[in-house]
Amino acid sequence: MTIRRLPITLAALSVLVVSVFPVYWMVVTAFKPTRDIQADTPQFLPLHPTLDHFATAIGSDGFALFWRNSLLVSLGAVVFSLIVALLAAFAVARMRWRGRKAFILMVFIAQMAPWEALLIPMFIIARDTGMLDKLSMLTLIYFMSTLPFTIVTLRGFLAAIPEELEEAAQMDGASRSAAFRKVVLPLLAPGLMSTSLFGFITAWNEFAFANALIIKNQDDRTLPVWLSSFSNVFGTDWGATMAAATLFMLPVLLIFLILQRRVTSGIIAGAVKG
Amino acid sequence: MVTQAPERPVAAAAPPPPRRRRGLPALWPYLLVIPTVAGAAYLLFYPLIRSVIISFQHFRTGELIRGGAAFVGLENYHEALGSAEFWAVVRRTLVWTGVNVVLIMVISTLVALMVARLGKRLRLAVLAGLVLTWATPVLAATTIFQWLFQSKLGVVNWLLTSVGFTQFDGYTWFANGTATFAIMVLLVVWQSVPFAALTLYAGLTTIPQELFEAARIDGATGWQVFRDVTFPMLRPLFGLITSLEIIWVFKCFAQIWAISQGGPDGATTTLPVYAYQVAQSLHKYDLGSAISTLTVLILLVVLVPHLRRMYKHEGADK
Repeated sequence: MTIRRLPITLAALSVLVVSVFPVYWMVVTAFKPTRDIQADTPQFLPLHPTLDHFATAIGSDGFALFWRNSLLVSLGAVVFSLIVALLAAFAVARMRWRGRKAFILMVFIAQMAPWEALLIPMFIIARDTGMLDKLSMLTLIYFMSTLPFTIVTLRGFLAAIPEELEEAAQMDGASRSAAFRKVVLPLLAPGLMSTSLFGFITAWNEFAFANALIIKNQDDRTLPVWLSSFSNVFGTDWGATMAAATLFMLPVLLIFLILQRRVTSGIIAGAVKG
Repeated sequence: MVTQAPERPVAAAAPPPPRRRRGLPALWPYLLVIPTVAGAAYLLFYPLIRSVIISFQHFRTGELIRGGAAFVGLENYHEALGSAEFWAVVRRTLVWTGVNVVLIMVISTLVALMVARLGKRLRLAVLAGLVLTWATPVLAATTIFQWLFQSKLGVVNWLLTSVGFTQFDGYTWFANGTATFAIMVLLVVWQSVPFAALTLYAGLTTIPQELFEAARIDGATGWQVFRDVTFPMLRPLFGLITSLEIIWVFKCFAQIWAISQGGPDGATTTLPVYAYQVAQSLHKYDLGSAISTLTVLILLVVLVPHLRRMYKHEGADK
């Protein structure tokens, strides 16, 4: 490394530190004993690693329940939106019909829907229909908020699969649905996978609606809402709070690792288009 | 959409071939899109219309329980637009959006330009760091920032104190309006830079190297290369990212609500937070809906000149 490269290397290192340190500090705090957390001089390495805080977080009231709730709501929304989107994407990518253009336009508009402005009417509609404090209402909302994106992406993946493959299968005597199941679906699997993982992250992280619609029945809260009230749960126990945050982030991080290559290639594809 | 990740630009698909299959009932495509249309009708358009209707009604706790809300015309809009508080919130929201978007765009441009000049190993490390930040859930990030800026044990106060700013010893950031606002800006910028920087970097890699070499042979300085080569090449991308960031920052709710609920003393109350406060804490669902509608309208007013400039430039290029 030459002296000339020094400024840019320093700049790169500071960007690296600023982006990684907060997450690093969360994980390190979660593994440090309370004595070290409260030390006058912060310890930047976990010299006496402990799992105590994770035990506190996992053992806290309702932790398993909130994990279950978050998982149910996110998986439900993703599966539901995947099925509905697959049908719509097929109609858009493989068929010609009057109203197709209008439908595509509607999907694009729905993708830009001002969800934050719907908090109040959703609360009122949920209340009127007895859906307040119900996880099924959250599932429906997350389904709808991920649906437009899922349709757009699946349509792209579907359009990339040559129609001739299906036609060949049909020539060989397969029915249209069998041709779709045996030929298209396997080719579509990676697309379905990455689309659903993005949808899962969206639902898993959502806070505003979970906070507004689950009010009386505290057992139906999801993880983000529970985490936002950490001071009620853990008081000033920052080790347990950071352990809870780490556990909440873990699935998202795993998904990002799985998707890593797709994320980057997706960005590049998007950028080239954009 | 709720988070940023899925909103990245997606490659548009080619239109389907014009052929029509033999024997395919013409009804099929409509049956296939019914679930989507029904979902959007009930979960998107109905709430939107309901919100607009409520904004023209008298809708408080009584109407919420008993029903039978009466129409009051523009009364809620008069009340919102006539209050000094509303305009203070509008000003704060515009400052909030301006400060965040400018910081996000400047920092991500610098980061993208820097990453393009790095050696392979350092570049991969920085990209991985950005992806890690991008992957951090909003609520995990809010919790982490509350811990970083904690008054007694927070690492930020320790750092500031040890480099000589002793007034930060035990400083309670979240009791002061300006300090809380500043932390919110830091948080949102920290969370938003990765998407913008990664996208801009991806765009940078598509510019032919010959252009840079030619500019350098002509003796252009770094700034001139950026102004006359890089920026014009990436102008559509800059326009797209800026509009996405304006939308995200303007309607940002979860971070603010989770950390300060708009406080202290309303210092972090932006329009979405204000609408929710008015509806949920004061039970003025009518006024809250009117403010929500105005929020969407103001966002459109902010975006339209920007979008027009974007299209004009794209039109001029062709």
